[in-house]
Parts: sequence; structure tokens; C-alpha cells
Amino acid sequence: MLTRRKFIKISALSAAALSFGAGSLSLLAKANKDPYALKKFSRFPTYCEVCFWKCAGWTHVDESGKITKIIGNEIDTHSNGRFCPRGTGGVGMYHDTDRLRVPLIRVKKGEEQTFREATWEEALDLIASKMKHIKEKYGSESFALLKHGSPGKHMEHLFKAYGSDTIGEPAYAQCRGPRETAFSTTFGEWVGSPEPTDIRDTKCLVLIGSHIGENMHNGQVQEMSDAIDNKATIIVVDPRLSTAASKANFWLPIKPATDLALLLAWIHVIIEEELYDKKYVEQYGHGFDDLKVHVQNMTPEWAYGITTIKPDIIRKTAREMGHASPAVIVHPGRHVVWYGDDTQRGRAVAILNGLLGSWGRRGGFFFPEGLSIPKYPHPKYPKPNWSWETLAEKYPLAEMGITNEIIRSSIPGEAQEGHLVKAWMVAGTNLIKSIPNKRLIEDAMNAIEFMVVVDTMPSDIAGYADVVLPECTYLERYDGIRSASHRHPSIALRMPAVKPKYETQPAWWMAKQLGERLGLHDYFNYKDFEEVLDWQLKQIGSSLDEMKKIGVKNFDRKEGNLYLAEGEIFEFNTNTGKIEFYSTELEAKGFDPMPKYTPHPQPPQGFFRLNYGRAPMHTFSRTVNNPNLHDLMDENVLWLNPKAGKILDIKDTQYVWLKNQDGILSTFPIKVRLTERIRWDSVYMVHGFGQTNKSMSKTYGKGAADTEMITNIMTDPIMGGTGMRGNFVMLLSENPHKTDTKNKKVI
Amino acid sequence: MRYAMVIDTLKCVGCSDCVVACQTENDVPIGYCRDWVVEAVAGKYPLVEIELRSERCNHCSNAPCVRCCPTGASHIVEGGIVLVTANECIGCGACIESCPYDARYTHPEGYVDKCTFCYHRVKKGELPACVSVCPTKCMYFGDLDDESSEVSELLKKRKHKVLAPEAGTKPNVYYLI
Repeated sequence: MLTRRKFIKISALSAAALSFGAGSLSLLAKANKDPYALKKFSRFPTYCEVCFWKCAGWTHVDESGKITKIIGNEIDTHSNGRFCPRGTGGVGMYHDTDRLRVPLIRVKKGEEQTFREATWEEALDLIASKMKHIKEKYGSESFALLKHGSPGKHMEHLFKAYGSDTIGEPAYAQCRGPRETAFSTTFGEWVGSPEPTDIRDTKCLVLIGSHIGENMHNGQVQEMSDAIDNKATIIVVDPRLSTAASKANFWLPIKPATDLALLLAWIHVIIEEELYDKKYVEQYGHGFDDLKVHVQNMTPEWAYGITTIKPDIIRKTAREMGHASPAVIVHPGRHVVWYGDDTQRGRAVAILNGLLGSWGRRGGFFFPEGLSIPKYPHPKYPKPNWSWETLAEKYPLAEMGITNEIIRSSIPGEAQEGHLVKAWMVAGTNLIKSIPNKRLIEDAMNAIEFMVVVDTMPSDIAGYADVVLPECTYLERYDGIRSASHRHPSIALRMPAVKPKYETQPAWWMAKQLGERLGLHDYFNYKDFEEVLDWQLKQIGSSLDEMKKIGVKNFDRKEGNLYLAEGEIFEFNTNTGKIEFYSTELEAKGFDPMPKYTPHPQPPQGFFRLNYGRAPMHTFSRTVNNPNLHDLMDENVLWLNPKAGKILDIKDTQYVWLKNQDGILSTFPIKVRLTERIRWDSVYMVHGFGQTNKSMSKTYGKGAADTEMITNIMTDPIMGGTGMRGNFVMLLSENPHKTDTKNKKVI
Repeated sequence: MRYAMVIDTLKCVGCSDCVVACQTENDVPIGYCRDWVVEAVAGKYPLVEIELRSERCNHCSNAPCVRCCPTGASHIVEGGIVLVTANECIGCGACIESCPYDARYTHPEGYVDKCTFCYHRVKKGELPACVSVCPTKCMYFGDLDDESSEVSELLKKRKHKVLAPEAGTKPNVYYLI
């Protein structure tokens, strides 16, 4: 956040610039220009690629052909015409002078390894020859795709055509996977994205560690603001006074890692005091009586000893939910891989919603509807002999590729017999920051034969590639149609506002080029992506020409209502056709059919629990070098309670290094922020900083990386999620990387 | 006509979208800002509160920056908007010193720059960029001389404050609290 302190510093700097007379010349140039005259813009439709929310808007280009600003499209359901800071700052992604410019190929000069610039022909030929080689020697399945976002989609098509479905993305096992399994075992449906939470009409919003407002999930932030206007009750459970907690009517500063006990106590009170939606539970619920017995001893008094939340507050907040029922949302959260029992915690959240009757109800969860976009015709994909599913077999309810299992399967000795991964393509995700346990990734990268990275920026992961393909930014390319699943279906177009800078290319082009080199012409039977889009759009009653003008097109619902009608006969997509308070599916797979509280380790003496989260102006680790967003937050800081600071004699703004329970040291130091907003037993930092690639000139070495400290992974046995909140750090005032004078040895 | 901005601190999440939107709308150079976000924390854990607010030039009715400007570069236009004419500014910095809100900075091109309430947009009947982008819709803009305007209604209905009232500058940015 830009503060006045920084502002003053900058004023002083610019005064110095003035004394060199830099100003006077340009002032003359400015003399005849009316600064308030209106500029003429052309605008081009796009949808944002900075995060996953995919807000639709307009890229504005001025008369000189420069991208100046991006503004939301008013008829877009994801943004309602208002972009978040990252979307508004998306221009910085285009202007960033550190961008990848040309294809790079790793070369060895003696012992030294370095990148040399290459032509597209060379780079693509090399990748195609490696893909052929891997296919012949090990089978296509051994070439894995680790991906995110739009480039990932184009590459997924290439990989499936090539014969590999060894595909995974961190968005599942490192993020929202557990909640999807939890909700599908309860309601028979994933929560999905954007979440179909009817926040604007809710009477009670309950957030469990979910920091809306710091996570800038646009629609959620906008609707939470509507909920504040509507005087909805907001209940926030968080060991930290998050922004959302500061807006809440009830903030429950819970002892970290004990949320499940609180959720069970809430279920207890809601059943005990008959606050649940009786008709709804009777008509749609399965296993209510078992649940009642299951939670009978899980009283608020029991939970108090675990969570430190007072019994009367637990009762009072449960009553708030009960009185608001069914217009209540116990939010499923998004990044929910915390302690390894995350599916079960998600189940408790889902059960609460089921008891309160909020699924399919106004002010609870609506039934979203999207438009299915027909696929551009191509032959059937070949069936691979094994895939991500094979690698995820030990997690019976895994529903998407588990990135870390694909990575593990790249290490001989760790991989299953006959399922060794030998090469990777990494597209649109900085794995080094998105996957915990760097050691595992490094071992895997050392073991594989070949690795390609597709990115717009020289991210940490790019530094490990054999070939780096420079992608143009989303403002310079076409991508697939964004089909939004929301209160009503809608589609959005992304088209280039300007030509790609440098020698960058869109991912659809790279995929097609590689496909053609691999003899997969039938899968890429088009001249360019405009042809694909126009064909697809015409199938659904629009066209590329129309979409270029309007950017977003909304459609009426066709498949049923937004909410359940009173007493409506409805079959849920579970084994029993009901909302399963008692999960038959979990039981069949040998898991607890109803969630149980398991204690998790608390930090040992001298250590703090490491919590991490988002800042509104950054996302993943891909925005930290963006000039506009770097301007808003140029490093992350370590939140520490002043009491703890006093005991450790650590001052505000002092830099410290971190050492975790496994003795892992942070590469870079991080600045301490003493604040009353955090509990004394935990520290907090924003994710995504501590970039190790020097080519990211603005952000290199600024702040520390949370992922680096996350070496204790608590894996969810149900779906394979990597629980990351069980790591503890110590704060070091002295640089542990300094020369050790006693041993005269550089560490 | 008296333009004013009303900002609801109960809704602001401090995301700084207003800052980037201003930067891209007004071509504010990287490293500088015309608006910024302040987080004020009070109390001890767990009895702690925060206030988040977006700050900028207050377009004061009694503007010390205009009074002290030796060249007349700082001036007031219709609706009470305080502006700086870049080519009349000699960059002496008197206005920077006089402003109790620290709302002005020296542009790298040598003149003093600050928030214009997006005069170029307002003239056209549009909202300032920061107001139009805010995801929480916590910012309101309008005419305080019009009793039925949204901003007037909000100030009638809601508890509010201005910053540094003791400076006597009669600021026109209000905060709902």
C-alpha cells in the first residue's frame, strides 16, 4: 500500500531531479497543451488474466497506439464494470520491461550453463523433437503438463492430442480441491468458480479464515460491500484481524488449527436449539439423526478448551446463523489446504449450510448456469495408457491432477512402476512459488530429461527450463471464450488491443506450431484462432464481429430456477439423492462419514505458526514485478504481535530471516511489522514475494517466500490436498547466510 | 456548485484500486501517486479496530495552497475544484509545505501535481476514475450545494468526519465512520 512515508521519500527525490533542470524543457513542451482535454481512445474487449476471476473489460489504446488503461465492462457478471487493483494494474504486465522477449535455449559452456537467444523455429523444432523422443522411448504419458489459466488450456489441447493426460494444476491440490470434494460429497456439486454465493442478498455471512477484501475475488468483494450496506451480520473466524474481520459484527480470534472444533460446536448448538431449517432438512437431508448423535458431546464448552472462543460467543453466533436461515452463507473458502483434514473441515462447512437450508436458497447459494461452448471440431483424443488419475490413485476422491504427485512421479524410486515422468511443460504457473517443498521440485527437475516453460515473465521456474517460450500478455492476444457460470450465463471475448511486443507469441500459436511439427494437423485445422472463435460463437448465436463490438454477451437462463421453490422436488447428485450429512461415499471409501476433530501440533517454544495470505494488489507470484502493482506493495512484511516483538527484542521495520522447524532458512530477509492485528502465537505474510530470478529486476530479493518455509506437508488422505499451515518459524535478527568467520567458510 | 467526495470507511477494504486507476487515468508516473490509502489501527489484540481510507487533495474551500502560490498556478475552478496549471508553476513547493494533507508532490517534469477530482471527466458528467473503479462502491462524488444529491443525503444520514479540521481549510472530502 502506498503510504505517506513513501510519498515523502519520493518528493525529496524529485526535488533533486528538478535541480538538474529536467523539468523546464518539458514544461515548454507542455505549454500549449490543455491537460484537461479529452484524449481519444480506441477500446478492445478483453477479460483479465491477472487472477482466475476473469473479469471482462475494455483495453483502452490512445492515439499513439499505447495501452493506457483497462476498464471493466458494465454488463459483465464477474466485474459489474469495476476491475480490482490487479485488473486495473494489468497494464503494467504489458509495459514491464523485464518481460521475456525471445525464445531461450539452455546451453552448456564447459561447466557453466546459460541461456542463449533462439529463433522460434529452433525452439519449437527442439521441443517437437523432444516430444517425439519421449513418446518413442517412454510413451507420451511421460511428458507432463503443469499449467494454469489460458495458456494452460491451449497446451492441454496439444497434450491430449499428443497422447498425454498427465496434467495437473496447483489450483486443485494446492488450493480449492478439498472444498470441492467436501461439497460434492454433501450436495453432489462442486462449489465451482466464481462461487455461487448469494452474498448481496444474504442476512448472515460467515467466513472461516477467508479474507475477502484482501483476496480481491472481485464479485465476492463487491457483494460483501452490498451485504454491509444491507446490514447483514458478518461473522469472521480468523486468528488475525483481517480486513473482513475489521468489518465484522463478530470477530472470533480463534487459536490456529482448531476451526473444525468450532464448526462442530456450531452444528451442536444449531441442532440442540433446533435452529436448523426443519422442513428443508427433512425433505432433502440424509443422516440427520446420525449427525445429531455424532455431535451430542461437542458442546461449546468442549470447543472453548480447544479454540479459546467463549461458549456464549459460540452460542450467540450460532443463533445469528439460525435466525438468518436460510439466507445465510457459511463460506466454503478458496485456498483451503491447511491441515490435511481439509475435506473434513469443508464437510463441516457444507453440513452447516445444509442444516441452515442455504444451498439453493436466496441469500445462501444460488444455482449457477453457464453456457457450454462447442469445441472446434477435431478427431478424438487418443487414450493414454496412464494419466494423472493413475498417479492420484491413493487419493480415492481426487477429481483433478495432483500437481505434487506428478512432480513426485518424476523422481526415480518415488514413481510407481512404469509411470515415471520424464519431461515437463510448465505453462502460466510459477511452480517454485505455488508448490510447497522446494526440495521435492528441485529433485524432480534434476531427474527429468527436458523441461519447457511458457510464461510472459522470467519467473523463478523459468530459470530451470531447457527452453523458455515467451508468451505475449493477455492484452496482445486472442484466447478461448470465457463462459461464465453465474446467476445467468454469459460469454466474454478477449482480443488483442495491440500487436505482441518483442518477439512474443500467443500460446494458441505455440500449441498449433508444435502440433503441426508432431503431425497432429487434424487437431489444429484452422488458420488462426479468430477462425476458431468465430466458428464457436456462430454455434451459439453470436459471431466474432459482434463480440468485438460488445465484449460481453448475456443470455437468459434455460435450465431451471436460481433457487429452489418451496417444497420443490429435487434430486441431489449424491448416492442417496439427498444432502448427505452422513456421507455414504466417504464411508464406502473408508473415511469418516461425518467430520471429527483431530488436534494438530501447535508451535514449539520459540516458534510461531506461519500463516500466509493475499494482498489485494497482488496475486499468486506473478504480479510482484508489475510496475504499477509493485508501486503499491514492493515487498511483503512479517506481521508480529508487539508482545512477541518485545520478548524477542525485535523492533518494527527491522529485517529478520526465518528458520523453520526443519532448519530451512529463508533466502532473503523480511521486514517485521509489529501489529496488534495478529495473535501472539502466529506470524503472517503475503504470498508471492522473495523472487529469486535476478531478471525480475524490480522485485528480485524483496521480501521472503512463504513457500520456501513450507516443508511440512499435511496431505489430505481423501483428495491429496497439500496442507500447508502446519509450519513453524523462528525469527533470526542476524544474517544466517553471512560468512562464518570461525570456520572461514562461506555458507 | 460545490463538488465533494464522500468515502465510506466502513466499506473500504484498502485495496488501492483507486490509486492504480488514478495512475492509469491521469498518467501519473510510476513511483508517484495523487491518492493513497491509510490504515489506522487502534487497540490491543483482540480488542482492536482498524480504519481504512483513501486519501487525496481535499479541494478545500479555504485552500492554503491557492493562497500561498506566488504565480497563481494553483487556482480554483467551477465547483470548487483546486487545480494547478503546470506551465505557470515554478515548482517552488510553497503549496506542498502549506498543505495539511500532504496531497501534493513535484512531478518529475518539475511542476507540482495533485488530484484534480478528474476534472476532465467531471466536465463530461463522468465520475472521477477512483470513484468509478472502486469495487466496494465506498466512494461517492457529487454536489454538496444540491441538497438532494447522493453526497448531501449521505452526510445528512451518516456519522462523518473530515481530516485535520483544526487546520481550518474547509475540506471537501468527507469520511463516513
